[in-house]
Amino acid sequence: MVKISDYNDISAVEAVQQALDKVAASESYHALLSLTKERALERAAAVDAGEITGKLAGVPFVVKDNFLAFGAPTTAASKILENFQAPLQATAVERLEAEGAICIGKANLDAFAHGGSTENSAYGVTKNAIDQTRVAGGSSGGSAVVTALDIVPFALGTDTGGSIRQPASFNGVVGVKPTYGTVSRYGVVAMASSTDTIGTFATTADDASLVMAIMAGKDERDMTTLPDFFGAEVLKPAQKIGIIREFMSDDVDEEVRDRVIEYAEKLKTAGHIVEEVNLPMIKYGVGMYYIIVPAEISSNLARYDGIRYGVRAQNVQTLAELYGRSRDEGFVTENKRRIMIGSYVLSSGYFDAYYQQAQKARTLLINEFNALFETYDALIGPVSPTPAFRIGENAEDPVKMYLADIMTVSASLAGVPAISVPAGTTSDGLPVGVQIIGQQKSDAQLLALASSQEEN
Amino acid sequence: MTQISRDDVQHLAQLSSLQLADDETDSLQTDIENILGYVEQLSQLDTSGIEPTYQVTGLTNVWRDDSVIDYGVTRETLLALAPEKTTDSVKVPKVL
Repeated sequence: MVKISDYNDISAVEAVQQALDKVAASESYHALLSLTKERALERAAAVDAGEITGKLAGVPFVVKDNFLAFGAPTTAASKILENFQAPLQATAVERLEAEGAICIGKANLDAFAHGGSTENSAYGVTKNAIDQTRVAGGSSGGSAVVTALDIVPFALGTDTGGSIRQPASFNGVVGVKPTYGTVSRYGVVAMASSTDTIGTFATTADDASLVMAIMAGKDERDMTTLPDFFGAEVLKPAQKIGIIREFMSDDVDEEVRDRVIEYAEKLKTAGHIVEEVNLPMIKYGVGMYYIIVPAEISSNLARYDGIRYGVRAQNVQTLAELYGRSRDEGFVTENKRRIMIGSYVLSSGYFDAYYQQAQKARTLLINEFNALFETYDALIGPVSPTPAFRIGENAEDPVKMYLADIMTVSASLAGVPAISVPAGTTSDGLPVGVQIIGQQKSDAQLLALASSQEEN
Repeated sequence: MTQISRDDVQHLAQLSSLQLADDETDSLQTDIENILGYVEQLSQLDTSGIEPTYQVTGLTNVWRDDSVIDYGVTRETLLALAPEKTTDSVKVPKVL
């Protein structure tokens, strides 16, 4: 698969042109919503002329279409932002551009990043890179697929409850959900502010580490950003690693469990200690997540009103009708479900029973994680209970779809870093990912561990 | 298990500024009832004496100076994004 270092000996214009050619040859996957072709070629020419330099000079990349970026609309895969031209760029994009990287396009997602299959895009589903009858995963499905198809060596995504890790596992690439606050969210469409993170897909853990280190660090425009901690890490030898017992039950696809066990055996061979651990609160993760996150969504999506930007419903008489119809026409059903669940759990009379109870349960979950991290350097388990499911398989049943997030939401609720690394395939050739979870700010160490397990 | 009536759905839609079509009201009624039915499992947990966690990296209020920061975005650029406008303002239906 292509790596960032493969771009050392090729001109930027050639690199961008090659990426665009691959996009044209991969249209059937529907991984991209738009191309930033003109701007990309201009920047590539500037790189070749020596006007732009940096660690990623001339390296093409893709961003999920919920990042504000110049050169194409930012739709968040929704109708309400159809044709929205970003007046500014996300800090993450600016930092990569400052190192010479070249954004070539915007990737498909579940509208407003609500979903785990990219089936909720208002512009059509993205197909899995290995099997086109299956989902790409989501919500950052398009970013995972362009990386897996070798169109670009890395692509940005957002992960609020698994939206990078799960598609990474479904398409056989590395996916990083960093510690909460690692990368500025300025200029990224907000979903759930207490768990939203910016991360990347790449084909190797080292490339992912390089990209994360460039994006990480404080930004006065996102007050939750942490001071930069994302340095190069020397791999700690003989780590203690816990394999999460709750995620290895019979409910989990047997081949998925087998790949995780094999990965654990490899870690042992490399001199690490792997033991089974319990994390009982993790079974309440989905319950907590689908209270807290919709609550935050209902608040964050209140800004889409058809007034200051976006699409406004036509032939309306009153202001209430303008809001109601613009939002009804501009959101997909999953957006509405989550907004309304959020309105419910925040309503007086239900606030304590749902929202407060979930935030208290979150404390109990965090306490369990912290207790384990006193003994263990990392925890491992599957990313998803199954490999990529078939398109349409879970689409009619929201609860079933939510339960597919069971292994990813807990790290999000605790704000701890979690990465998805390829760990082989099922007998049908479908990729399986192993999830590696660490304590806050151990991101680079997790990637160093993953790197040490990669072949070649 | 929580029962969600059609009226409840319409009330939630109103709180959420969503003017739903009839068929969508029906399907959302079922979905919301099922989702709430699932998340209700949290009521089994004993959380007495436990503080809620709203923020996971220990931040409290983060202050900055109350000063204008130039983000390089002009009024014209922002106004151009509005779906309906006059030369210098955003147009909305009559409010009062």
